[in-house]
Amino acid sequence: MVYRHWLDFEKSVEEIEKKIEELKLRQSEGGGRTAEEIDKLEKKSKKLLRDIYSRLTPSQITQVARHPDRPYTADYITAVFDEFMELHGDRCFKDDPAIIGGLARLDGVPVVVIGQQKGRNAKEKVLRNFGMPHPEGYRKALRLMDLAERFGRPIFTFIDTPGAYPGIGAEERGQSEAIAANLMAMSALGVPVISTVVGEGGSGGALAIGVADRMLMLEYSTYSVISPEGCAAILWKDGSKADLAAKSLRIDAQSLLKLGIIDRIVKEPVGGAHRDAPSTFKSLKTALAAQMKDLASMDTDALVENRYKKFRNIGVYAEDRRF
Amino acid sequence: MIWFKKDLFSRNHDDSKSVKVPVGLWVKCENCGEIIYKKEAERSLDVCPKCNYHFRISAQSRINIIADEGSFKEEDAGVEPVDALDFKDLKKYRERIKASQKETGLKDAIISGDALINGQKVMIAAFEFSFMGGSMGSVVGEKITRMIERAIEQRRGVVIFSSSGGARMQESILSLMQMAKTSAALARLRQAGLPYISVLTDPTMGGVTASFAMLGDVIIAEPRALIGFAGPRVIAETIRQTLPEGFQRAEYLLEHGMIDMIVERKMLKDTISRILAMLTERREAE
Repeated sequence: MVYRHWLDFEKSVEEIEKKIEELKLRQSEGGGRTAEEIDKLEKKSKKLLRDIYSRLTPSQITQVARHPDRPYTADYITAVFDEFMELHGDRCFKDDPAIIGGLARLDGVPVVVIGQQKGRNAKEKVLRNFGMPHPEGYRKALRLMDLAERFGRPIFTFIDTPGAYPGIGAEERGQSEAIAANLMAMSALGVPVISTVVGEGGSGGALAIGVADRMLMLEYSTYSVISPEGCAAILWKDGSKADLAAKSLRIDAQSLLKLGIIDRIVKEPVGGAHRDAPSTFKSLKTALAAQMKDLASMDTDALVENRYKKFRNIGVYAEDRRF
Repeated sequence: MIWFKKDLFSRNHDDSKSVKVPVGLWVKCENCGEIIYKKEAERSLDVCPKCNYHFRISAQSRINIIADEGSFKEEDAGVEPVDALDFKDLKKYRERIKASQKETGLKDAIISGDALINGQKVMIAAFEFSFMGGSMGSVVGEKITRMIERAIEQRRGVVIFSSSGGARMQESILSLMQMAKTSAALARLRQAGLPYISVLTDPTMGGVTASFAMLGDVIIAEPRALIGFAGPRVIAETIRQTLPEGFQRAEYLLEHGMIDMIVERKMLKDTISRILAMLTERREAE
């Protein structure tokens, strides 16, 4: 299988894959001994890819998380849930295509789903604003969460955004207020909230739909207070130090699990979710269904109290009691 | 989530006109360049008598201006930052902490405690911008949360004076989560029926604006304060346009419905105390 978009650190695999393609072409023209060689190369390619992906650096993980072929929120919703019915608009200003949401069923259970949506081609990328929501997107999300609470439906959110959009209109319409309002409201929701970072978890723009009882991350997704590039530009005063920043920020799922920020990592196929989307969908569905089942037995007060405590206890500091 | 660089804050800086100011006795207005006798500036609560520019002031000065004399009792003064991620950019986070602590005499970028405002019991917190740009890490998040929880226990209102560049990058995701933590505490304050007045001072940006700062029951800003989510430079670079006049200033936010009022420093205490009274006063049944 030849991919349209090879990442720079996958070059060695790309070369082998190209050779395999060539051999296959020759084989179809009737070359001898090629089947054996193809088999050998395919094994080699697979092993090489596995080797590369077994020790990805945080900055390489960032590249996988932003891979143009990576499944997006709508792909997960379609594959994991049934009967998805999209609902639109914030009832104040407009419908923000950078956030989608609506009603759906998971294993027959009615739920509400919400997530940032990126565009696949140039036109859709612009329409979806590269997955960067405006305040109206966050207000639509809040409206849907409120709906879920009133009808006792679990909420599933899917995070995939470089961040909330930094623009004039976004500021004028209260980007900060919209994010803040979601943080406050989500902390007190009386229904289970299960969030999954499926690609990029960009700062406050991600957290605004991520105050959850359970936080999952796909293996090669990232979650961070600032993009590695932004961090490098500010702290190192040099945007090319993004690799270093990515490492320092601990944006990968393994680090975040260790820090206690996320609850579970959902494994991806070797080479990333896009190399075998159906298997990724299956793993995620299993993980989400298990979380839903686990939370369903909890009464509302305990649910809200546990969520409060979970966030309440995040932070590392020392304390000198003499003061 | 600090979207901008520090030098952005020194506004209207024109080196060609720079005047050497003798250290100690005089201060120079950053806005109009007026040289002001320091005592005179202090008398006017660090507001330029010529152009009404509100200087950035320390957390302690802020509390002195707002709290009834001698009423402020600091809490959680021993809570200190920890370099949990072993973060090193051009400098080690550890060293940045030490340098800021030495410079400000504070453990981190906030002072909090209880106080009286014209006799009314409140919980009060003020940011120290000169401590790493007033950035919010674990300590700021923890102190604000504790203060709100204490306010609920003691049935007091909360007043927070923000001045911050946003989340502290050196604490990475831990900083981001302080946004959720403080906002969650405010949800409880709201459920308890207690008032929260948020005062936005120059500058209030990023993760601080996008959490507790914009969640006030009443939101007040000081004149000309820069308030926003993303920094003006990031926005200008993203949209490749010139930003409108006065963009992200307090007056602009008032016009766009994002804050309740702009209040001059000398009127702040009185305004806050009147709002608290009107929200919380219990009237005996007649």
